[in-house]
This record gives sequence, C-alpha cells and structure tokens, in this order.
Amino acid sequence: MNNMPAILVLAPLFGAFFAGLAAWMQKQISYPIALAAMALSCFAAVSLLTDVIMSGTVEYRMAGWAPPMGIALRIDLLNAMVLVLISGIAFLNLVASVKNVEQEIPDRAPSFYVMYLLFVVGLLGVTATGDLFNLYVLIEITSLTSYTLIALGDKDRAPLAALNYIFIGVIGASFYLLGVGYLYITTGSLNMADVAGILTGIHGSTAVLTAFILCILGVWIKMALFPLHVWLPNAYAFAPVGFARVVAPLMTKVMVYVMVRLMVTVFGLEYIFETLHLADTVVWLAVIAILAGAFTALFQTDLKKMLAYIIVCEIGYMVGGAWLGNSLGMTGAILHILNDGLMTFALFLAVGNIIYMRKQAGFSHLSGLFAAMPWTMAGFVLAGLSIIGVPPFCGFFSKWYLVLGAFEAGAYHFAAALIISSLVCAVLFFKVFEICFFGSADTTPALHGPGMQQPSHDIHADGHAGAAADAGAGDHPRTAVMAEAPVSMLAALGLVSMAIIAAGVYAGTIVDTIILPFLQ
Amino acid sequence: MEILISIKPLLTVLVPLLVIPILVSSSQKPNVREAWIFGAGFVMFLLAASMVPAVLSGSKIVFTLFALAPGADIAFAVDGLGMLFALVAGSLYIVTSLYSIGYMRGLKEHGQTRFVSFFALAISATMGAAFSANLLTLYLFYEILSLATYPLVAHHEDAKSRISARRYLVFILGTSIGLVLPAMIYCYHVTGTLAFSTAGIFAGELSKPAATVLLLMFVFGFAKAGIMPFHSWLPAAMVAPTPVSALLHAVAVVKVGVFSIVRVITGIFGVDLLAHFNLGVVVMAIASFTIIVSSCIALSQDELKRRLAFSTISQLSYIVFGAALLSPSGLLGGVIHILMHAFGKITLFFCAGAIFVATGKKYISQMAGLGRQMPITFAAFFIGSLGVIGLPPTGGFYSKWNLILGTLEAGQAIFMVVLLVSSFLNAFYFLPIVFQAFFGKGKDDISDGPVKIQEANLCLVAPLVITALASIGLFFFPQMFVDLIVLGLNL
Amino acid sequence: MSDILPLIVAKYNYWLYIILMMIGLYAMIAKNNLMKKLVGMNIFQTAIILFYVSIGYKQGATLPIIQGGHGGHSARDAVIHAADYINPLPHVLMLTAIVVSVATFGVAMALCVRIYQRYQTLEEDELRMRVSEKNNP
Repeated sequence: MNNMPAILVLAPLFGAFFAGLAAWMQKQISYPIALAAMALSCFAAVSLLTDVIMSGTVEYRMAGWAPPMGIALRIDLLNAMVLVLISGIAFLNLVASVKNVEQEIPDRAPSFYVMYLLFVVGLLGVTATGDLFNLYVLIEITSLTSYTLIALGDKDRAPLAALNYIFIGVIGASFYLLGVGYLYITTGSLNMADVAGILTGIHGSTAVLTAFILCILGVWIKMALFPLHVWLPNAYAFAPVGFARVVAPLMTKVMVYVMVRLMVTVFGLEYIFETLHLADTVVWLAVIAILAGAFTALFQTDLKKMLAYIIVCEIGYMVGGAWLGNSLGMTGAILHILNDGLMTFALFLAVGNIIYMRKQAGFSHLSGLFAAMPWTMAGFVLAGLSIIGVPPFCGFFSKWYLVLGAFEAGAYHFAAALIISSLVCAVLFFKVFEICFFGSADTTPALHGPGMQQPSHDIHADGHAGAAADAGAGDHPRTAVMAEAPVSMLAALGLVSMAIIAAGVYAGTIVDTIILPFLQ
Repeated sequence: MEILISIKPLLTVLVPLLVIPILVSSSQKPNVREAWIFGAGFVMFLLAASMVPAVLSGSKIVFTLFALAPGADIAFAVDGLGMLFALVAGSLYIVTSLYSIGYMRGLKEHGQTRFVSFFALAISATMGAAFSANLLTLYLFYEILSLATYPLVAHHEDAKSRISARRYLVFILGTSIGLVLPAMIYCYHVTGTLAFSTAGIFAGELSKPAATVLLLMFVFGFAKAGIMPFHSWLPAAMVAPTPVSALLHAVAVVKVGVFSIVRVITGIFGVDLLAHFNLGVVVMAIASFTIIVSSCIALSQDELKRRLAFSTISQLSYIVFGAALLSPSGLLGGVIHILMHAFGKITLFFCAGAIFVATGKKYISQMAGLGRQMPITFAAFFIGSLGVIGLPPTGGFYSKWNLILGTLEAGQAIFMVVLLVSSFLNAFYFLPIVFQAFFGKGKDDISDGPVKIQEANLCLVAPLVITALASIGLFFFPQMFVDLIVLGLNL
Repeated sequence: MSDILPLIVAKYNYWLYIILMMIGLYAMIAKNNLMKKLVGMNIFQTAIILFYVSIGYKQGATLPIIQGGHGGHSARDAVIHAADYINPLPHVLMLTAIVVSVATFGVAMALCVRIYQRYQTLEEDELRMRVSEKNNP
C-alpha cells in the first residue's frame, strides 16, 4: 500500500512533537526539526501528485480499517494539486520567515514552530481526508492552532482579533458539524464516497437540503465569503508575519477546496445545479463579495489590510466560478485555488520583507522602496500584476476561464464584476507602486524615518537629481542605499515568482492534466 | 501559402530581453553598456530582416510557445504586416539608441541604466506584438508594453511626471482591461479561436449589434491608437525625455495601438464581414473626428512637443481610417502610413530634442531665426514635415495618395474631404515653424550679420539626418514594403 | 393546532437543541462581557453535541455494551440485533467534539486573560475604546 499519504500528514505531526521536546532541551533545534519535517511532507506531496497523475486515485486506510467503518485518506487529482500547494508554501515560508520570527517573537520561537507544524498538519489533513467527520476534526485543529498563532502577533490588538476570530470560527465549524450530523442521519455513513453513493437516491429530501445548506454555510464562514468575512482583515493584519504569510494564501483556499469537494464529490453537481435552485443567488452573492472586497481595499492605508480585502475579493471569484454551473467556471475556480495561493503568498512574502526592514507596512512607510529594496519590489510588482490579471502571469489565466464560464452561463454580471475588480486592483496596486517609486506618498520630499536608510537624492522639481546621483539599480552613490531583505527571504520570493510565471505559461498543461480529468 | 516553423521570431523578441541583465551589470561603465545596446539592436534587426525573403515569397513563419487552450495559445506568426512593423521598429530602435546616448549624456540625465533597460523591454514587447499569431498573444505583448513604458514616462520623478504617468496608465491599462479583455474573451467564447486569419474568425456567426459593440470595444479599447476621447495620455506623456517620446510615442507604443486595430479589422472580423455590416463607415467617422479635431488643437499649441503629439494623434487616425475604408488602396495606404509616418514623425521629434539640448528652447515662439543657427536640424524638420503633410518627395505622399484612392474605391468620396482638409491643417501647423526658423526674426536675435552655426552634438544630429533621408528614400523605393503589405493582407 | 403538537412533541430533541443554539448565539452576539460570550459559545457547542447524542437513541434500546463479548466466545454464539442497542457512533464522535470544544474554550480563556492583563477590562465597549486610544493617541 502506498504510504505516502500517511507520511504526508504524520511527518509534520511528529515533527511538532519532537520540536516541542527539543525546545525543552535546546531551543535552536526546534527550527531544523521543523524544516526537516516540512521537507519530508513536501516530498511526499510531490510524489503523491505524480502517482495520482500516472495511476489514478490513491486511497489510504488509517490502521487498515476499510471504509465506511474506518477513516480513509483519499487523494485524487484535485487534492493532490492542493497538497503540493500547501506543503510547498508551508515549506518555503518556514525558510523565509526564520528572521521574521526572530524579530517579532524571539522568546517564543519554538512554540511558534510547534504550532506552525500542527497548523500544517491540519491543512494537509483537511485536504487529504475522505471522511466527513475527520474533516471537521482537522478543520478544528487548523483553527485552534491559527487562533494561538494569530495571538502571538501585535501585542495590543492581536488577542482581541483572535478572540473575535474564535467566535466566528466556532460558529462556522459548528454549522458544518451540524450539517454532517444531518448527513449521517440520512445516509448512516461518514465516508465521502459512500455518502455520495447513497445520496444519489434521496435528492428530494429536506434533511439533505438542510445538511447541504448547513455544511456550505459553515464552509463559507471559514473561507470569509462576504458578508461572513468580518474576522479576516483584523486577524490577518495583526498576526505575526511568519504566520500571516502562510495563513493568508492557504487557509481560505483550503476551505474553497472543501466547498468544491462537497459540491463535486459528496453532493454531486447534478444535485446542486438541477435539484436545487440556489446557483443564481450564490453567483449574485459572489458578485457582491468581489465588488465589496475590491472597493474596501481601495480605502485602506495599510498594506496588510489592503491585501486582506483583496483576499475577500478573490474568494468571491472562486465561489462565483464554482457556482456558475459549467465546467469552464469550475475549472477557473479550481485553477484559481492554485494561482491565488501562489500570488497571495508572493505578496505576503514581499510585505513581510518590507516589515522586516521598515518595521511597518503603512503607506507612509513605503517611500523610496524601489530604490531601497529592488528585488522585493520586483516580486511585489510581479505578484500585483498577476492579481490584476496581466498575462503571462497566472492570474490572467484563471480570470480567462472564469470570464469564459460566465459568458457561457449567461452570467454577464459576474463577468462585469471580474473586469471591474481587475480595474480596481490595477488602481490599488499602481497607487502602491507610485508611492514606492516616487519616494513619497505625495509629492513632498521623502520622509526621513528611524531605521530607514534614506536614498541620498533629493527630489528636485525639475527632476535633475544632480550629476552623479542615479535612481537606477546600482549607479554611483546609490548602491550604498540598497537596504534589501536577507537572502533567505529573497530566495523564497524569487522561487514563488518563478512559480507564478510557470503556472501562467503552463496553465494549459495544468488544466489538461489535472483539472479536466478530475471534472470528468 | 507555405508554413515554415522557425525559432527566429522568438529569438528576435528575446534578444533585447537577454541583454537587460548585461546592461544592468555594466551600469558603471556607460560605454560598454551603450555598446551592448547597439549590439542587441543590430542583432535583433538582422534577425528580423533575415525573415523577409521567406515572407516575400509568400510563406508564413510560425512558432508556438505555449498552448493555453485550443485556439488560444501564445504563438508567433510572421506575415507581411507583422514583418513591416517589425522592420520599422527594429531599424528605428538602433537610430533612437544612438540619439538617446547623445540626449541623455547631453543633459546629464539620471537613471540611465534603468532607462535603457526598460527601453529594451519595450522594444522586445513591440517585436512580440508585431509577430503575434493571435489576439491573445497580441494582448499579452500590448500589456507588457504598457507596463514597460510606465517607468520611462515617469522618468523624471517629479510631480508633473507622476501625474502624467498616472494618466498614461489609467487611459491605457483601463481601456485594455476594461474593453479589450472582455471583447477578446467574448470572441473566443463565440468562435473558440483567436488566431488571425484573412477571412476573419466569425464565419458569419455574428449578428450586427454584437459586431458593432465588439468593434467599438476594440477600437476604443486599444487606447494606444490615440482615438478620441482616449487620447489625452499622449500629450501628457510628453513629459518624458525626448528619446522616449520619439521612439515610443512616434513609433512603438502608438503604432502597436493602430497595428492592433488593423489586425482586429483584417484578421478577426475580416474585411468582408465588416463591409457586409457596413461598419467601416462607423470607424471612419470616428477616425475622421479625431483627425480633424486634433489637427485643430495642434494649431493652438505653442510647445513644440505638444504640437507634435497632437499631430501624432491625428496621423494615427489616418491609419485607422485607411483600415476602415476596407478597400485595397485604403488598406495599403493606411498600413504603409505606419512606415512613412514613423520615419517622418521621428525626424520631427529628434529635431525637437536636438533644439532643446542645444538651446534649451521648448516653445515654438522662441524658435524664430533658429534655423540660421541650426540649419541641418531645421532642414530635417522641413523634410519630416513634408512627410507628415504628405507631399513629395517624401514617402508620406505615397500613403496619402493611396488613402485618397481608397476613398474613391470604397465609394466614400465624401471622406476624401477629410483627408484634404487635414492635409491643409498639417501644412498650416508645420510649415510656419520652418519658415519662421529660417526667415523670421527672433526676439533674442543676436545680430543681423552671419549667425554662427551651432548644432547639437553629432549623436543627436546624425540620427535625424538618417531618418530624414530615409523619408525621402521611401518615396523612391517603397516597393518591398508594398509587397509585404499586399502579401500580408491578401490584397 | 392539534396537528402541530405531535410534530413538536415527536421532534422535541431538535427543538431543544435549536433553542439552546439560539441562546448560545444570542449570548455570543449580544452580550458585552467577554466571559459571557465564551459561555454562550460553550452553550452553542453543547447544543450540537446534545443533538448528535440524541440522534443515536432508539426506542427500547439499551446501552451498546455486549455482555461478555470481550475476549469470550459468547459474542460469536449470540445473535446480536442492532435494534437492541443505541448507536454508539455519535457518542464516539462527540467525544472528539467535546475535546475540541474544551480546547477552544481553553484557548479563548487564555486570550481573555491576556486581554485583561493588557486592558484591565473584559467589557467589549470599553475594550473598543481603550484599543483605539492606544493606537490613535
């Protein structure tokens, strides 16, 4: 039997255990142990993906018990892709965030790594499992660890943000649990494949409808679909950078995966689009979510909050795409899980670099960044362009499928929302680029702040900044001014940027090998 | 038509890109850096030129990079039309590189490495757009070009640049994302392909209202073509250094805009479909409005570069006008104007920059009598003006002549009036400049005696002489380019 | 009226848990004190736990323990009717859920302690004021 699924989920679990133990003896060992555990998990995920592409779905029975009695991990094309995304991002983030953790939570670093590993266990488990109740347990593991990790952040505001997140998160998870309860009542089983088989016969039942609504509502709360998103901006803005970088790209996307899994595998697309008549309403909800997220982001003055609202907007894309009712829309939604994970990760990596060097990410602290941190800004620009939807970056291609799907479904309002939000994101990002490029938030000369290495040019109104000074990369005195982030962070950002480009140009391959066969 | 598969289009696009890291690393050694720029420019031009014989013999060179979805991949296909544009852009890149060395060093500009790097990126994107095989690839390079030129427009980093660059981006990115993108996806949705083909892609499946809306979305969406009301980015972008204005806003950026519109008219909709729906007249009306109104505005501008900018807006609409005529001469006239106008306008911009470097003067009212001080420059200016007005012995006459023939062929003789009126206006706003420069008396005229000839440095003067002479040369030897167009558009 | 009553009586477990859930939800949303919100959260979760437990119930059934079945042979000899034993699975599931609930409660309480140490109050409106004071002096 293929043991990779078990290794995938258990490696970080044991890693957490050993890192915790090691923290008692020697604090420095906890990081290498965490890194090793994540690397192992990453390797397992990639090998699973290749296995699934070549030989089909992999099923792993926990302790050998056959479902529906036992709990099974079921890896097919969809979750293999998401697993690679999760483990890859979690691993890269560990590498990149070492210095951030040292800077922000020096005394609690081992606890951070232990909780981090447990968080990843939860995410991987949610994606890999084939059992409905197991899913709930793992969602709660993810949530619990994220509550604690968020609370490690900003000393003044993080505990309250985490507490509010707890309240809403508990409601969401409990709704899901309730839905599973109804499913159990009607089908007598908790295994996803099993339930799917039994449900095909009882489409008209009100209990099944209740189950569906409760499950989906719970998942929507957890993925921060507008207007159930209120916990997200504060939680992500005040979390420590090392954690914000991994929770922002992953947590909500994994919940989108859960929604897709429930729609496609458990309840079945036939039930959702033919028996129920909710699809139109949900698409409208998605439209509102997209526009609300995009426009609220416009009014933010802090980078992290702005990105948090962009996440809300992107979730609208995925929910709308999934509920359009055609395979193009679903393809777009699934592709966007991958793409948005990569883009959000790149953005938060860049923001984390900025916070590391400048201690803050408010717009007033961003002046002169193109000169001071050219590599970080290159990554930020790339990810920003991808979110706007400029080819050849990956964001364009998932938008392509979503708009195509919208046209085919006749949902022109959804297509319009997609285009409008692209324009709003363009405004957003170019506003930030302008501030970073022009050296000041408005046209007054750049601020001199503590801890900032200020470029040695003054911005004269006529633009001639002196004979020798140069705003380019490394001309004359300007080289002394580059205050870039450490290599570990830049390396991660570089890798993710390349992944964004690769995911873009190879979007066709990804769709053909992974998504379309899954939707067959 | 024979289809040849070759990696040459990809290489042509890649050469400037690959040179960028070298440029950045040799930022401390300006001469090495400039040497590499020239090297890259020559190699790129030679690669492009090497494909000409194949294209002239009727074949099409293709290369597919990445397949996204059936019918929508990132691919190159070099036909006559793309080849023409590539030759124009490639040759003028070399000339402009020489010019910008003179200009930037003459003014001791900052940020030269950043400048040349983004310049190279921009020319790479222009080549990519020229060689695009389908609308998706064209859109991709169009967007890359918009983004690559933003730092160039904002080069001076002062308040004026900031506002102008912002306007540039808003107009260009806003229209391309808001209008072109949905229109493009809708085309794909209806037909399942985006590849340019001589008969268009719709195969009669499109209704007239849908066709009208789509056509308008494309015409206004490609705002780089400067069609009113999305034109105001062009004069605003004049805050950039003159080499930027010269190459990008006379040759690359704006020509990509009109090139895209021509591609959409001939390759996506197809001449027959548009003639069937009688949509050519709609576009001609829009273009005519821009032609006349911007010429009038040009008359009122005193700053030389702004006058040239509005003249550009007007001339670009000639190209759209020609394409919208949907007749063989009209198409020929419109497309060959890409070539003729490029050489003519770039000469004018070079002169404007040379005047600024040599004397610091930007306003036409200051330039009386300057012709005696800078005879070569103003002679070139005169030739460039003739090219834009459309008088022999410059190439511009050839394109104007064909446009007029085209209006007769299309049975739209009324629109010929538009062409004649605007030619008058062109003469009105260019010739007085030359006249005043040579024969006028300036306020700060030193004496009545012989004036010392004081041109700008050689790096600035040589390019403008070259392009002026080329304008004349094109009048006598347009044949190769005509053949390219005829083959490319199946005229 | 008379036909609604059997409906309510027959499904009383559902009604009970709905009422409990609403009480919990009300406390979470409307109460000002953080501890009261926590209590509400706990009530909310408990309602769901009770619901699950209640669905395992069968009329006339007994505890799901097989007499002498452990290690002996009587389990294989005896015939076991599932209808005689209440469904143990929901109970097992709820053990997990109770653990989750307790853990969440613990984390939430730790956070409340933190908040109290920082702001000396657990009333939400005061907290909001003090937080904004601290951050916009």
